[in-house]
Amino acid sequence: MTVILNQSFTGISIGAVLLLIALGLTLTFGQMGVINMAHGEFIMTGAYTTYVLQKSISGAGISLLVALPVAFLVAGAMGALLEWLLIRRLYTRPLDTLLVTWGVSLMLQQLARDIFGAPNVQTRAPDLLTGNISVGGGITLANSRLFILGLALLCVLALTLILRLTPLGRRIRAVVQNRDLAEVSGIATGQVDRLTFFIGSGLAGVAGVALTLVGPIGPTTGTNYIVDAFLVVVVGGIGQLKGSVITAFVLGVLQSVLEYSTTVSVAKVMVLVAIVAFLQWRPQGLYTLRTRSLA
Amino acid sequence: MSGFSISRRGLLAGMSAVGASAALSACGAKTGDSTSTDGSGAKADTSGSTVKVGLLNSLSGTMAISEVTVHNSLLLAIKEINAAGGVLGKKLKAISQDGASDWPTFAEKAEALITDDKVAATFGCWTSASRKAVKPVFERYKSPLFYPVQYEGLEQSPYIFYIGATTNQQIVPALDYLKKQGLTKLYLVGSDYVFPRTANKIIRAYVKANGMQVMGEDYAPLGSTEFGTIVNKVKDSGADAVFNTLNGDSNVAFFKEYKSSGLTAKSMPVLSVSIAEEEVKSIGTQYLQDQLTAWNYYETTPGAANTKFVAAYQAAYGKDKPTSDPMEAAYISVYLWKEMVEKAGSFDVAKVKAAADGIILDAPEGKVTVDGATQHVYKTARIGKVGADGLITEVWNSGKPIKPDPYLKGYSWASGLS
Repeated sequence: MTVILNQSFTGISIGAVLLLIALGLTLTFGQMGVINMAHGEFIMTGAYTTYVLQKSISGAGISLLVALPVAFLVAGAMGALLEWLLIRRLYTRPLDTLLVTWGVSLMLQQLARDIFGAPNVQTRAPDLLTGNISVGGGITLANSRLFILGLALLCVLALTLILRLTPLGRRIRAVVQNRDLAEVSGIATGQVDRLTFFIGSGLAGVAGVALTLVGPIGPTTGTNYIVDAFLVVVVGGIGQLKGSVITAFVLGVLQSVLEYSTTVSVAKVMVLVAIVAFLQWRPQGLYTLRTRSLA
Repeated sequence: MSGFSISRRGLLAGMSAVGASAALSACGAKTGDSTSTDGSGAKADTSGSTVKVGLLNSLSGTMAISEVTVHNSLLLAIKEINAAGGVLGKKLKAISQDGASDWPTFAEKAEALITDDKVAATFGCWTSASRKAVKPVFERYKSPLFYPVQYEGLEQSPYIFYIGATTNQQIVPALDYLKKQGLTKLYLVGSDYVFPRTANKIIRAYVKANGMQVMGEDYAPLGSTEFGTIVNKVKDSGADAVFNTLNGDSNVAFFKEYKSSGLTAKSMPVLSVSIAEEEVKSIGTQYLQDQLTAWNYYETTPGAANTKFVAAYQAAYGKDKPTSDPMEAAYISVYLWKEMVEKAGSFDVAKVKAAADGIILDAPEGKVTVDGATQHVYKTARIGKVGADGLITEVWNSGKPIKPDPYLKGYSWASGLS
């Protein structure tokens, strides 16, 4: 029983990391149809932001809290810049966005290597987050994992509120459902695109802050997670926040259960096979967006 | 992948023929004491007042963090030797090549060092993969390579000098130590490639013969950062200690997870064989304090030779720079080669090899002796504990240098290994 509960928690915490990194993609890939290969580098930007802040602010706890909004703004700004410079010219050519953003991702990796050096760096976690909570019966919950879980849920909540309740959210949904109709209704679709990209990239930055609690930070930090993030978005159903949330946690728990009974590599293969089988059965993913457009 | 390596080998064979004939014709035009005797190998150019030596390390890519430190200590040794008059009256000239953490590149650069630069000897490589890639090149040209890192053993090349520990000088003493401490139930955690898998095969054989138990064995892909499940398995396994053969950055994620799951050096110690001073610093002392390591040298190892080495290194590269086992092995490898050349009275590879047996050096790690039969060195095994300051202090040593035994022939339990 203890094993099952401990493993479930591990699975949920893997799910939380997956969710955090997939959340931004749900917006940029899901809502806007842009295959943004540079998403991983926005995650890296968030991680390095944490590192830089920790060097200048003493006190690991404070620097981490400061890093969350700063990483959101820095990564968001980079995303908005990328959208303005390149992506807005390519909205009708999704495959070209893949090539262009892949090029950008390589450039950003090299830039990080030039600025911070090739070896990976580490941040110091606040003392509060290095411990764990024992809930009895041999079950322990790691504080850092609880923090990441809380952060992921907070981001989902914030994103939901923005999409549901704010004028911006309404405009985003309108543009996604029917861009032409939104345009003739007087919505400045270009501006909406940029803001959507800003939020999506900013969320990648927040994910980067969370990843500093898990492992080392390097130029390729984001690349390690980008495939998993795309899987979550595709399996969840493109453009569906609900689908991404459920998929992230299901994949996390599945991965950890399989890892426990086999090995890390075998579990990875089995999860991929399961995903392929699922997409054979439901190519559109868990949930689909209903629109009036014929495309 | 295998198809690639085969075609690459074919390519190299072709290139070597061209390279060798070019080298021969180049030497024909030269006067002075030409070296290589057999005619088939590349010839080191020792005609001038300087002698070139090759340094082959990853100065970029994922291994740069470790290999740059080795490169630095090689340069330090060369500088010191030149300041003291050089080798056989000739100054050494270091030719650095970047292996770029890419094994085919290592093979190409090794060939360039031998055929274009005509180096008398090459120092370098870190991963077993890079060593395996350059091995045929050095053997074909009959040119010597000095390899400075502990490795998984079960290998011997007539043209490689292994200056780092083989398994009976590091892993076996580490197991002896754990057994003596009463830590008999082990959990094996490693990166998924040749060194950890071979090491764990040896550990399993040892454990079986010594009435100990392996409670579990897990591998994570190189660079993996998700250790939640592995740590949970370790925790539930009932093991006394973890034997850690993880390499590189994965250690950061592993030890972060280990600590936050509530495991400590007291409740379940981790003994690592790939974490030295440099890595302790970058992983974070707070995650590693009181954990164990097995090496032949620490920055804190007592002795005049080490005091001098540490002072010289820090004077050259910065006061906050630690020294480590592979750095020390690289440093002494240049001195060992110098001793061999001077004993032989020649740079000729065959004569140098013949002179190798019995060379003794008062090294920073203590006395080391070259074993001519295996081309390894006698080394003292040391178990260390990570302190609050990030330095590692010795808690046990083998008392005297251990004779190298790369194929573990002296251990009956290892008879089935290959």
